[in-house]
Amino acid sequence: MSAMNELTASAVPRLPRGVRLHFDKVRQAHVLLAPERAFNIGDTAVMVLKLVDGSRTIASIAAELAAQFDVDPAVIERDIIVMLGDLRGKRVVET
Amino acid sequence: MTISRVPVPNPLGILLELTHRCPLHCPYCSNPLELDKRSAEIDTATVLRVLDEAADLGILHVHLSGGEPTARRDIVEITAKCASTGLYSNLITSGVGAALALLPALAGAGLDHVQLSLQGTTPMQADKIAGLKGSYDAKMKFAAEVDRLGLALTVNAVIHRGNIGEVKGFIEKAIELGARRLEVAHTQYYGWAYKNRAALMPARPEVEQSIRIVEAARERLSGKLVIDMVVPDYYAQRPKACAGGWGRKFMNVSPNGRVLPCHAAESIPGLEFWRVQEHSLGDIWQNSPAFNAYRGTAWMPEPCQSCDRKELDWGGCRCQALALLGDASLTDPACGKSPFHKRIEALAASEAAETAPPDYIYRGPSQTAAREPEDVLP
Repeated sequence: MSAMNELTASAVPRLPRGVRLHFDKVRQAHVLLAPERAFNIGDTAVMVLKLVDGSRTIASIAAELAAQFDVDPAVIERDIIVMLGDLRGKRVVET
Repeated sequence: MTISRVPVPNPLGILLELTHRCPLHCPYCSNPLELDKRSAEIDTATVLRVLDEAADLGILHVHLSGGEPTARRDIVEITAKCASTGLYSNLITSGVGAALALLPALAGAGLDHVQLSLQGTTPMQADKIAGLKGSYDAKMKFAAEVDRLGLALTVNAVIHRGNIGEVKGFIEKAIELGARRLEVAHTQYYGWAYKNRAALMPARPEVEQSIRIVEAARERLSGKLVIDMVVPDYYAQRPKACAGGWGRKFMNVSPNGRVLPCHAAESIPGLEFWRVQEHSLGDIWQNSPAFNAYRGTAWMPEPCQSCDRKELDWGGCRCQALALLGDASLTDPACGKSPFHKRIEALAASEAAETAPPDYIYRGPSQTAAREPEDVLP
């Protein structure tokens, strides 16, 4: 089990220094670059990570995406918490 | 460049050994016995062109290594080029010598990440292993500067008989220094390290204990510190897929420009390496005889050929098969399926069982102990 608490909707996620989103022109896909690692990032995750800027809360990221795609923010929020929680466990997202 | 015609997947990472010069003389050094001379090092313009070619080829990570990469006067320019082409730059450094003074300029040039080696967790022991007095204190100052500049830090600890009792200490030190990542890398016996194997080989119970400590710490420190471990393959059951498989993901450029499928590949006789001075990186990746020698699975002997892990382990390490069996095209004897595995395990166990291991053999003529800092001129 992780020693960390679960993320909450009021958390403000950010990409720490040494982690950045990169568009790989050769493979035509986004990757999240980190020390010695590169994560393949799906389209949905890319949309979330583009809004991870160290000032938006998870709730506001969910609200923006929900408005854009006309879906329930509560569902999106849940997915974002899981996704960013996973990336935080891998030490590539901080709150 | 017509990427669609590339018959093999494009590489993901490149390690530039910018120089073999290094202030440290670690007995576990995996660089070759014979080092490239400074006068033979590739020039700045060539390095910068290689970086452009790397970005075009879809390479993501560039590891700036050596030797000590900050011994090169153009290291800031090289780092800036990585940033301008979108390549993720990783400085693999001893933290000794010019590294500290250059760090602000490197951070300003867009350096993404620093990997700092630690030889031990106390000055006396770390300096003995590094072969240089004062090296531990220099590293602590360097780590503080990494933290002050807000750079991402990985601590790399190469583990062997002389420090295997300190794995806990390395974990605590990594956290204290603000590292987000720690590599607990059991020594791989190539190059100079092979020469020192009898002095470095730990015993199996100590190895198992070190693995337990890392596994427990990983759980406890999830989200705080990522710990990657390289296991000592003489005691392993499955071999490591060296460089992720020969010619599959990774390229290595030696100081004088030869491009290698792995760090130690030059130890294999008869391979033809192409140089960046004469060929583009993409041409080398696809067409150089060395990259094609053990690429894929067609070259594999038994027991690899019929093994269901052949596209996971990729036959293990060619250099190790050569070093231990005299034939680079055999199954890596680190694999439990190799008919020679038991012999390798017994060799490791007997070396580790020596109550008085041999002294370290340091690089450089007549060095028998840690050098004085004034003997190491930049």
